[in-house]
Amino acid sequence: MTELTVSASPDGTAAVSGPMVRAEQVHKSFGSIEVLKGIDMKVRAGEVCCLLGPSGSGKSTFLRCINHLEKINAGRIWVDGDLIGYRERGGKLHEMREKDVAAQRRAIGMVFQRFNLFPHMTVLQNVVEAPVLLRRVKKAEARDRAAQLLERVGLGDKLGAYPGQLSGGQQQRVAIARALAMRPKLMLFDEPTSALDPELVGEVLDVMKDLARDGMTMIVVTHEIGFAREVGDHLVFMDGGVVVEQGDPREVIANPRHDRTRAFLAKVL
Amino acid sequence: MRHPGRWVAIAVIGVLVAMFVHLLVTNKAFNWSFMVDEMFRPPVVEGLRGSIALLVTSMLIGIGLGVVLAIMRLSENPILRGVAWAYTWFFRAVPRLVLVILFGNLGILWARIEFGLPFDRQIGALFGVDDFQARLFGFSALEILSGFVAGMLALGLSEAAYMAEIVRAGIQSVDEGQTEAAQALGLTRAQVLRRIVLPQAMRVIVPPTGNETIAMLKDTSLVAFVPVSTELFFQLRAVGSRTFQVFPMLVAATLWYLLVTSVLLVGQYYLERHFSKGAGRSGRARTTLRGIAAENGGTTGKVAGT
Repeated sequence: MTELTVSASPDGTAAVSGPMVRAEQVHKSFGSIEVLKGIDMKVRAGEVCCLLGPSGSGKSTFLRCINHLEKINAGRIWVDGDLIGYRERGGKLHEMREKDVAAQRRAIGMVFQRFNLFPHMTVLQNVVEAPVLLRRVKKAEARDRAAQLLERVGLGDKLGAYPGQLSGGQQQRVAIARALAMRPKLMLFDEPTSALDPELVGEVLDVMKDLARDGMTMIVVTHEIGFAREVGDHLVFMDGGVVVEQGDPREVIANPRHDRTRAFLAKVL
Repeated sequence: MRHPGRWVAIAVIGVLVAMFVHLLVTNKAFNWSFMVDEMFRPPVVEGLRGSIALLVTSMLIGIGLGVVLAIMRLSENPILRGVAWAYTWFFRAVPRLVLVILFGNLGILWARIEFGLPFDRQIGALFGVDDFQARLFGFSALEILSGFVAGMLALGLSEAAYMAEIVRAGIQSVDEGQTEAAQALGLTRAQVLRRIVLPQAMRVIVPPTGNETIAMLKDTSLVAFVPVSTELFFQLRAVGSRTFQVFPMLVAATLWYLLVTSVLLVGQYYLERHFSKGAGRSGRARTTLRGIAAENGGTTGKVAGT
């Protein structure tokens, strides 16, 4: 893979002041079912944070709250110091206008379990679309950069292909390049390898490791314990809508303090 | 013989076709030479032009307004949803023939159509002003709302109700994940709709819209009841009743409608091909085939007729 720096700040160093993501008492309900019951979390810039937990524990929902794909019912989330989705005026929260929410999302990349590439566009168009539409980058410039990014994820020869012609692993790598094209300061991964055939998981994880080495701040919902142990700087174990345990991934995986963590790890390891 | 059934079928069909051709050639009532002469007379061609103009304008109104109604119907705003529902309910309930006649007679309601503050005179009376008028602009209804415009509006507004349902189905057929991915990139709802959802919805929207267009071509003959006379069927029937050659003119109408429909079908074919870019198995199968052909050292371009 070619060397190419994609860190958030132009000089390659992450900002030191304050955490990249801060969540305070985040609550979320779907109807009468409370999915998140007061989540507190901090992710420092340049850190790789892995969210682990059984299905239904609320980890994906929490991830989707960070870029306001889900509206939270209570609590606050800040990304790089900006309150997400709401404006605070006189101690009260007012929901932001749709346009402003969209602007906030531009700095937050997201990769989905089911890739969600745009099937009517070629690989190159998928990556070029948002920068040209939203960041007013010139077409030629956006194309050059998209080609570089696709080269980086090992798909330099697939620029003209349609997503339907690619394997799952290739599609997910395009999805990562598409998110990076917006030069995000934070990347969210929602079970990026869960929909892949086992032999394709490695190629996606390699791209993510590469990204982590470059200092990208990442929050990864995953079942890949190996990835968490190898690349993660921080591990958060969630169950039943609360954070059960968190800490250094190697530490938590080797010596889980909580019964629920122990039971979960016993099943997946 | 391997397929005796087929040979029997061919024989039966052959006899039926021969009988039909016999009828066409020998029956004097067809009066072919007269029909061909009259079919291309200026008033008839003028009528054809009128029909096509009606088709195009009413479909443009129908599609444009239909898209707006579909978006309203799917919006989070309950008032917009309700308005769109009521519109669809009304225009789908009333037969087009009735609508056409109704619009042709709207001039009975108003001599002039004016826009301004409603109940202006009554409000003026409340404040003791005699004959208070707050009208912004107006035009003569009899001039505008008759003939072509009335027919176009009746057909177009009615079409919008059907198109709204087609577009709604199309939008709903696009995977939710597409919207989420686009929103996560920072696109606004309008941008998501325009760049991501609608282009994909077109694959579902185009085929039934082709149907609607063909149905509309035939429904243009209803505007004779507005009344509008620059319309294909009206003109052909007029020739028929004037010359007592009713049947040849009916055949002429059939042929004209067949011809225009065929042209429309060609257009639909290219539209469908355009909007199926990257979609489904066909694209994948084509590349797979091309790959196999390449591996076998064959020419790559000629596979699957591309």
